[in-house]
Amino acid sequence: MSNSDSPKKSTGLHIGESGPGCKKTDPMLVIDHVKKSFGGLTAVDVEHLEIPKNAITALIGPNGAGKTTLFNLLTGFDTPDTGEWEFLGTSLSGVPSYKVAQMGQVRTFQLTKALSLLTVLDNMKLGAKNQVGESIFRALFPRSWRKQDAEIEIKAIELLKRFKLDTKQADFAASLSGGQRKLLEMARALMTDPVLVMLDEPMAGVNPALTQSLLGHVLDLKKEGMTVLFVEHDMHMVRHIADWVVVMAEGKVVAEGPPETVMNEQAVIDAYLGAHQDTDLGVVTGRISIIDQEKDK
Amino acid sequence: MDWGTIINNTLAGLLTPTTIAFALAALGLAMHFGFAGLLNFGIAGFMAIGAYGYAISVLTFGFPWWAGMIVGIIGSILFAILLGVPTLRLRGDYLAIVTIAAAEIVRLLFLTTAFTDVTGSADGLFGYNNSGGFTSANPFPPGSYGWGPWTYNSETLWVLTFGLGVLAVCVWFLWALMRSPWGRVIKGIREDEEAIRALGKNVFAYKLQALIIGGIFGGMGGIIYAAFANVSPGVYVTSITFFIWTSLLLGGAATIWGPVIGAVIFWTLQAFLSNILPELALAGILPVTGTQAATLRFVLVGIGLMLLVIYRPQGIFGDKRELTFVK
Repeated sequence: MSNSDSPKKSTGLHIGESGPGCKKTDPMLVIDHVKKSFGGLTAVDVEHLEIPKNAITALIGPNGAGKTTLFNLLTGFDTPDTGEWEFLGTSLSGVPSYKVAQMGQVRTFQLTKALSLLTVLDNMKLGAKNQVGESIFRALFPRSWRKQDAEIEIKAIELLKRFKLDTKQADFAASLSGGQRKLLEMARALMTDPVLVMLDEPMAGVNPALTQSLLGHVLDLKKEGMTVLFVEHDMHMVRHIADWVVVMAEGKVVAEGPPETVMNEQAVIDAYLGAHQDTDLGVVTGRISIIDQEKDK
Repeated sequence: MDWGTIINNTLAGLLTPTTIAFALAALGLAMHFGFAGLLNFGIAGFMAIGAYGYAISVLTFGFPWWAGMIVGIIGSILFAILLGVPTLRLRGDYLAIVTIAAAEIVRLLFLTTAFTDVTGSADGLFGYNNSGGFTSANPFPPGSYGWGPWTYNSETLWVLTFGLGVLAVCVWFLWALMRSPWGRVIKGIREDEEAIRALGKNVFAYKLQALIIGGIFGGMGGIIYAAFANVSPGVYVTSITFFIWTSLLLGGAATIWGPVIGAVIFWTLQAFLSNILPELALAGILPVTGTQAATLRFVLVGIGLMLLVIYRPQGIFGDKRELTFVK
């Protein structure tokens, strides 16, 4: 597997001191003064944040830190009270979620959204963008979309093979296991040819055997030139694959930097890591042994 | 008991203008609910608008019959847009509440005496098939056609032929749409619209398109019904909506032929029950009067609907695998 040895980390992502809101050499997403409150509770209050291009950025923080809310705001699934944010130089404020997705920013969900009563293959084909046959008038004339549909199918099957789901292509997505659904959702997201992939807790509920292949897939995304932003609670995964870590607490960005330095910062330890700071969380979660086995091979 | 008459009347129920009208409306619901997941409880409203659109434009504005029918269809498209724009952003169950209310508003507007000149109020409208030229467009010379239970005069045969033609076009239309990538998006929206949105599809536009297509089918159902019987506000009541729902669920909501076969089974069963129940009462087997026995069939329809939803939610033609995964 591609990730059996420690993945090559991207460095030189930032300009000047690394700290909350620091400048990046090549930012993909720039967020300014984004604020969202639910009633009296301020869920997200981000002064300034830049997400580096062609790198894997992890967004961590305790429960209720506002990570998923920030995700929803960035992807247009929720609207902030105030603030501006840019994606590749284009302002995204007020842009509906489907247009955000068309621009190449695709997301997955914390609670997996497999389209249960569609086959795995149909799930995949739905991901492809600019389909002629998705217009109601052209839909009536198969001649206009059949060729494109066949091409999409080939691409979908290739991706399914990569995610080891190709044997399931004719099954309803409802028959897949939780982990397989996570894989399907990620594969489906890739059908949109994204430039930025946003994964909301890709490891949640995935068994350790699948963890390895999921990690590999995330690393492959970077290799193919995509940018990844993910929310994760598994510190081992964050240490292992992230090039950059952003720590949130109570809606604010409290720290950011490369994983090895940021995880030793006092603010992060206070906010999140707590008592486990000096043991590798991989040991706590039992996943370290699998990584070691993989290394021995 | 006169089994001959009972069987004869039951078999006649297989093919009547009413059956075709219901099949069309059920096809519209299949588009709304079965494929797009839109809980529309106002299909009677779409039928009413189709029927009144046809009748009013012929009687009040002197349109020829075909132009009147087109007006009926345009009316149901406008109703779908009017209903969809404010409500399709709501969650499914709210759409159900709004549609049931909207259908009642439509019916009461046709019933009110304020517009008697145009709508005929409680008396409804009649004579438009003659004055609009639908009757004289009949290509069949007067006489008796068919055999056995399926003996029709030329007028009924004309409505049947016309209705079957419309139904065939609508079935083809739905089939062609649902096998296309457009249909794939629609089914995806039924499963989870947020996921579809995250893949860059304009979910609202798709839902509105689905509502309009299904609304057209519903309106066509109303028009076929009006081409055979008079237009009366007493027809387009909420129970009609539930009859259509029963037909749809009987056949299978997410299928093309399900709603058509479902409507046929529903009306055949209705014909059978409305014949046998009074006979049973008369023979003293049922401890009720003849009139009570006739209404008993609606009770049985209700029980049937419940059993169907509990034990076979995918309907007769639904994919067996769907049953395993019904939420």
